Amino acid sequence: MTHTLEHTSNIPLLSSVRMAHFVAHGSLRLDAVVPPEMNAEGMEVLRAGVPEVPYGSCVPAAYPAGSFVRRLLELPAVAGALRSLVGPGPAVDHHYVHLREPHEGRAQPLHADAIIDVRTDAFDVQLMYYPQDVTLDMGGTLSVPGSHLRRTNESDTGRYQNLRGQSRLVCPAGTVVFLHHGLWHGGRRNDSDAVRYMFKIRFNPTVRQRRLWDTSDLGDPRVAEELSTTFPWYEHATGRLEIYHRVLLWRALTGDDSFDLDHWVTRVSNQPREETV
Amino acid sequence: MNVRQQILVLYLATSALDSEVVGWSAYDGTGRTSPTTGDSDEPPYASGVDALRDGWRLFQAAQLIPPCPGGEYDVSFLKHEFFFEKLVDVGAP
Repeated sequence: MTHTLEHTSNIPLLSSVRMAHFVAHGSLRLDAVVPPEMNAEGMEVLRAGVPEVPYGSCVPAAYPAGSFVRRLLELPAVAGALRSLVGPGPAVDHHYVHLREPHEGRAQPLHADAIIDVRTDAFDVQLMYYPQDVTLDMGGTLSVPGSHLRRTNESDTGRYQNLRGQSRLVCPAGTVVFLHHGLWHGGRRNDSDAVRYMFKIRFNPTVRQRRLWDTSDLGDPRVAEELSTTFPWYEHATGRLEIYHRVLLWRALTGDDSFDLDHWVTRVSNQPREETV
Repeated sequence: MNVRQQILVLYLATSALDSEVVGWSAYDGTGRTSPTTGDSDEPPYASGVDALRDGWRLFQAAQLIPPCPGGEYDVSFLKHEFFFEKLVDVGAP
């Protein structure tokens, strides 16, 4: 049995509205969900480094019971979000301790992780944990809301330095952010005197990602509102295509092939076959 | 004159040069500044024409290329990319 975490049946799953927010934005931010005493421990753990684990490891094999990372993943808010996004028993793709050195003078180019990924009904998530307060000058992670469905390859987007509506992470200690694997992001230049730490784990789903969250509010009008979000960096024409792809992803996640936003998918898939009589 | 290029790249909302800026990058051949990823939330100009009015010289605009058959709905790179330059005298070589 490779599953873990899901034995806690009372973990707080995401609502449909929050899931729709993730589908539109490509990220989910949980501020200060890790308690201060764990953050102090986390700083030491990250300074020491976290040994690599084989690709595809189950969580119990990668992080033994009682270990810092396992306890991080068992925090209710973290466990509930992870379960809602990728389901029970995810595989650990890989993890990495990211450091941004003080005054190092460089930023990461804007990129999506791994290679171009054309999956339309499945996605990985990347957990990013920040054990310390992150100020603007510490070079917190840059991410571009709504960029996760773009078909680009790794750092081919490195030419883009700034986009309207970008997110330059400033957060309290103990913040965890989940990213869709396709989201454009990068570590910013650290202009402060402090080393900035971030711990990333990428998770692969091992089950079909369909209705894994608390779907009791699936009919809430705010679901469609979230899914209709546009971002300031979207070009006028391509922004409409973003809505189209978001509808398709929501259909895949809910199993509801009739779902649409303002007829976007319906009208361009409408090919009546009835003959006139 | 001992000149160096400063390069400004603007990504616009449509293929029109007077449409609004949605993204921007800068590269400084003088070495006086070091623009980089995620260094500003505010665009330097509201539109491509505003950059022209400030003395930037446009030297490249993205072509309008029809989507490949089957790829009409794909979303990928920003399409409306405009390159500008300024020539700056950096003094004696």
